[in-house]
Amino acid sequence: MAMIFIAPATVGFVVFYIWPTLRGAYLSFTEYSLLSAPKFNGLANYDRMIHDSFFWNALGVTVEYVVINIGLQTVLAVGIAMLMYRLTKSITVRAIILAPYLVANVVVALVWYWMLDVQVGVVNTFLGWVGIDPIAFFGDSHWAIPTVAGINVWRHMGYTALLVFAGLQMIPSYVYEAAEVDGSTEWKTFWRITLPLLRPVLVMVLVVTMIGSFQIFDTVAVTTQGGPINATRVIYYYIYERAFTRFDFGYASAMALVLFAILAVVSLVQLRLLRARESDLA
Amino acid sequence: MNSLISRRNLLKAGIAALAVPSLAACNNGAAARGPGEVIYWLWDSAQLPMYTECAKVFHEQNPQYTLTIEQYGWNDYWSKLVTGFISETAPDVFTGHSSKYPLFADKGQVLPIDEYVAKDNVDLSIYQKGLADRWIGADGKRYGLPKDWDTEVYFYNSAFTEAAGISTDQLNSMTWNPQDGGTFEQIIRRLTVDSKGRRGDQSGFDKENVKVYGLGYADAGGGDGQTSWSWYAASNGWKYSQGEPWGTKFFYGDPKFTDTIGWWRGLITKGLMPTYAQAKSGVDVTTSFGAGKYGMTPNGSWMLGTYGQLKQVKTKLARLPIGPVEKRMSMMNGLADTIWAGTKRRDASWAWVKFLGSQTAQDIVAKAGVVFPAVAASMPAAKAAFAKSGWDVTPFLEPVEAGDVFPYPANPNAADVTAVMTPAMESVMSFEAAPSSLAKANNDVNKILAVNS
Repeated sequence: MAMIFIAPATVGFVVFYIWPTLRGAYLSFTEYSLLSAPKFNGLANYDRMIHDSFFWNALGVTVEYVVINIGLQTVLAVGIAMLMYRLTKSITVRAIILAPYLVANVVVALVWYWMLDVQVGVVNTFLGWVGIDPIAFFGDSHWAIPTVAGINVWRHMGYTALLVFAGLQMIPSYVYEAAEVDGSTEWKTFWRITLPLLRPVLVMVLVVTMIGSFQIFDTVAVTTQGGPINATRVIYYYIYERAFTRFDFGYASAMALVLFAILAVVSLVQLRLLRARESDLA
Repeated sequence: MNSLISRRNLLKAGIAALAVPSLAACNNGAAARGPGEVIYWLWDSAQLPMYTECAKVFHEQNPQYTLTIEQYGWNDYWSKLVTGFISETAPDVFTGHSSKYPLFADKGQVLPIDEYVAKDNVDLSIYQKGLADRWIGADGKRYGLPKDWDTEVYFYNSAFTEAAGISTDQLNSMTWNPQDGGTFEQIIRRLTVDSKGRRGDQSGFDKENVKVYGLGYADAGGGDGQTSWSWYAASNGWKYSQGEPWGTKFFYGDPKFTDTIGWWRGLITKGLMPTYAQAKSGVDVTTSFGAGKYGMTPNGSWMLGTYGQLKQVKTKLARLPIGPVEKRMSMMNGLADTIWAGTKRRDASWAWVKFLGSQTAQDIVAKAGVVFPAVAASMPAAKAAFAKSGWDVTPFLEPVEAGDVFPYPANPNAADVTAVMTPAMESVMSFEAAPSSLAKANNDVNKILAVNS
């Protein structure tokens, strides 16, 4: 009976995850132009990767994105969650905070793309009123990645805040009462009680958002398309370009497999370092 | 009770009825279609009505064939087409582009039509000069019949030129050279206005605070520069490659080219053109032009409809400048209808391609006034249609009539060449590399060609 119940999920998992992963792993050892049969070429793709400056650039750009995106997003999410927890329990507020997450990624990206235009964008008009010269957010290579990261922080922070908020509600109120009795300040309570007890939830949130963050693609695809020069050619976009515009599917598969390995290691390290399994409550 | 049973049976019948078409749909539609049902793809939504009309006429003339036309936006179009090739569900006939078809032909995905052309005695002389030959691949086989063509001109804001006191004659007799930019640069300078209302050629002009740039540009042009620098370089005597259009060796390192690009990006330093960062910061060049941010922007004839929709500005057309070779040079590119090599409906597909390449079909296309038809005799109808929407399209036609055109640099490795040239040109335009760095990019391009030839 149990088999019957897990069968649909298992079939989906095998067909849409396991099989493509295995096939991708196989294709990473081939030269495959999509339109003719794959030819086995051993480690040639991996060798090419080591010497491919675009690949290393893509990795660097992606890491820059992840650091800005996750750093800013986590701090803001914890902040918003604390505000919600301490100041309001209103469902309306929670819904509003979640609203950006409900808009499709591509729509968010395009709307910001227009708003941030240097000549006709509304944001630069506002900046002009306060005496700041227009900034080419997407066009300047130094601004491009922070801009893309900022847009995704804006979209995701509400959702992340809700996850953190759920974690906050799991902290028993007696520890706060005890803190109050002992005369702890709000600031001290946050650092000594809230954050440590929130750790298991934060780790989960960090692992999940970081994996998502490494997979940044759609915002770049509809706005800068890798430019200016190579400033936003993130690894997923580079893989996509190699596979579907340059028909270099074997090489793209190899890069995808390397990204998979990187994500696995990063996640494991996070889980280890932050002791995700244990709670300080015990 | 009785009614309950019948209701249950009804339900079963209903489910069965639902299941049949969905099963058929799984069958990628190929088997479900009759032998005379052709699927045709195009990407331009503005041309969908004309092609629907063509399909109707085609069906009336050939009742054994019917058409299903599907339209997808440019980006979706190409990725869907490639996945269609792989999964063998590509459309029987599709619109091809010079930058894409060489690779598809190279991979055996496009059907050569030489035999059909010979068998049906298709008269290739009815097309604008040179157009039909663009669809002969590097292997010497013919892959399509031309349907339309395009060239480039300047779209200018006539309110701005009048305010600047620049006459139509001046605009249409511009000269250019890579040293001082000729009268073209003088006009651009006059059209540029800073935030205090001073023009680019007036004293005290503040190039750091420009309100209206004389010249706009969409991007750095990549490997073809079709709507950004191609006519300057060509009128400076430069050629893309050895052997046009099938380049075996490219010349992006040639001083004729690097001088041109050096002059072009110099307009940024002079404050006559926005920086690369500004140009690429958000909305496209046409939208900014529509918002009154540019005096003029170069673009291709396929953009006439888009410029026509800009309601805040009055747009007119000006000829390209005469360059050091003492003539105006424009790229002439075009589209063609091509047949997927994997189609099970070759004869029906050919009949449709042949029809679209005929004057009957191209007259229909011409009358809509969206693109220039490939059949020369259909051209007057198109000209009249454009005139009706307020465009005097003569500047587009002149280089074609004079024969002063050059082809799009077609190449089976176009995607790889673009991957090198786009960042290389962007580096130059954003002043992170000197124009002489293009010599290195050129070596990379030629290495790609050498490996794949």
